[in-house]
Amino acid sequence: MSWLTRVRNAIPFIAKRETPDNLWHKCKSCGQMIFMKEFEDNLSVCPKCDHHERIGPNARFNQILDEGSWRTLAIPRVADDPLKFRDSKRYVDRIKAARATTGETDALMNASGTIQGHRAVVGVQDFAFMGGSMGLGVGAAFLEGVRTAIAERAPYIIFTAAGGARMQEGILSLMQMPKTTVAIAELHDAGLPYIVVMTDPTTGGVTASYAMLGDVQLAEPNALIGFAGQRVIESTIREKLPEGFQRAEYLLDHGMLDMVTHRKALPETLGTLIGYLCEARVNA
Amino acid sequence: MTSFLDFEKPIAELEARIADLRETAETGIDIDADVARLQVKSDKLLRETYARLTPWQKTQVARHPERPHFKHYVAGLFDTFMPLAGDRAFADDQAIMGGLARLKGRRVMVIGHEKGDDTTSRLKHNFGMGKPEGYRKAIRLMQLADRFGIPVVTLVDTSGAFPGVQAEERGQAEAIARSTQQCLELGVPMIAAVVGEGGSGGAVALAAANRVLMFEHAVYAVISPEGCASILWRTADKAADAAEAMRITATDLQRLGVCDRIVPEPMGGAHRDPAAAIVSLGDALNAELDGLAGLSADELRRQRRQKYLSIGGI
Repeated sequence: MSWLTRVRNAIPFIAKRETPDNLWHKCKSCGQMIFMKEFEDNLSVCPKCDHHERIGPNARFNQILDEGSWRTLAIPRVADDPLKFRDSKRYVDRIKAARATTGETDALMNASGTIQGHRAVVGVQDFAFMGGSMGLGVGAAFLEGVRTAIAERAPYIIFTAAGGARMQEGILSLMQMPKTTVAIAELHDAGLPYIVVMTDPTTGGVTASYAMLGDVQLAEPNALIGFAGQRVIESTIREKLPEGFQRAEYLLDHGMLDMVTHRKALPETLGTLIGYLCEARVNA
Repeated sequence: MTSFLDFEKPIAELEARIADLRETAETGIDIDADVARLQVKSDKLLRETYARLTPWQKTQVARHPERPHFKHYVAGLFDTFMPLAGDRAFADDQAIMGGLARLKGRRVMVIGHEKGDDTTSRLKHNFGMGKPEGYRKAIRLMQLADRFGIPVVTLVDTSGAFPGVQAEERGQAEAIARSTQQCLELGVPMIAAVVGEGGSGGAVALAAANRVLMFEHAVYAVISPEGCASILWRTADKAADAAEAMRITATDLQRLGVCDRIVPEPMGGAHRDPAAAIVSLGDALNAELDGLAGLSADELRRQRRQKYLSIGGI
């Protein structure tokens, strides 16, 4: 708050500004000012430069799942702060702050509903919740999403977004890599597809586990996807990274993805894909 | 001559005095009593120091340049060893080695990280930092073992998977994810032993086993203490604090259900007596292989899945 605002607000007879702060959106990529309503109607994609802005679970569920078809799933309870971790702040305080800003319990939320008429359970990782980082909460939610999918005979679709493992949970966060891999095995045992949509950014232990194990791998345009962080790589090789390095299109070129799909085309693409993979088997 | 770590300075000083005395002795003065007295003192100090190593000190022991590596274990642990190579797609990664071996007569497929122990060999083995072709070789060897009913033993010792442009290009993340998946799918017993550093995804890719063993002074963590410190404390100088906070020692990991057995090291760490460390590891591996022998493929998979589903449960 600037000193001017502080002074203004303290004076009772000056009317407070009526316009909300978020009437306009400034594109993080091209800097263009966009009317918020227009930006949201455009699925939080910049109409000028096509930059796909990061979005949270609720916006994603609304965009992907058929209107009125879905409900969010309860997140299983896990131990908060199993290691009593403290750096410059206590981990419990960091979680509290993240819960307050996002209104979510942890960095992964699930919803069950239909996509273009096809049953699906959808998990969405929220980068706004401690960088989407994977800890006990994310692992438990992932398993819950998979098991709901099995119960409902539906595919599990995960939208990944994470800096990696949650360091404040130490080895327990690393153990979510095998845990989520076991969950995927359960889904496959049940004969159901596992579809990954990588969004910006997906890196570290998340990429090196469930984000790379999809039956079909999709990504949003220009999403940053990698194992090691770019600064770490630069300091290892001591040279500048190539243009477009670790972007979705680069991964497509190198055979790591099936397709890069515009946000507008996602519901239809996912619907078509489920249609192919989940049709009752003729010669089973 | 052992190279001493910073926190071993008092021991190093005592050892230096003993060495000095021994040199003087050659000139004919009898110093046996003095040497014996100092030796007792030095041994006591070593025992006490190693009985209460901090997590950061353990990290240094785990990374000690003279600590035995994959090739030493392979030479000392097995009756025979036949190295196997290549991922059949791109290259043979020297950071992750493997092959068929016999442990007290029993067939095993052994796979592990090799860090190298001098400049030339460290470069050759890329300091034990695996590339995608290394993890894909591991997958290939695990599949081979599975096909012929051979138990898999892995020796984990890496600061992490290699962060480089080509490694990313060839799918480092995918290779690690598939290797972890392959561990979990095996229908044969799998035992992982963290013999030095267990660094992040590069370690877990070879360690999603039925039984996870850790050497007494080995460490296993989601990120290096330096890496954690530079992200959360914004300075790598806080590595000791990060090591403490992350819980990376064998005893911590046993309490958290990640480590199933702690393998004792000779006094003062594996590097002070590699032969004894190798015997200790051999005994532990044998006991674990005995424990898993006779279990069906389904039961082995079920137990392995259950282990990772239940870690961190309330």
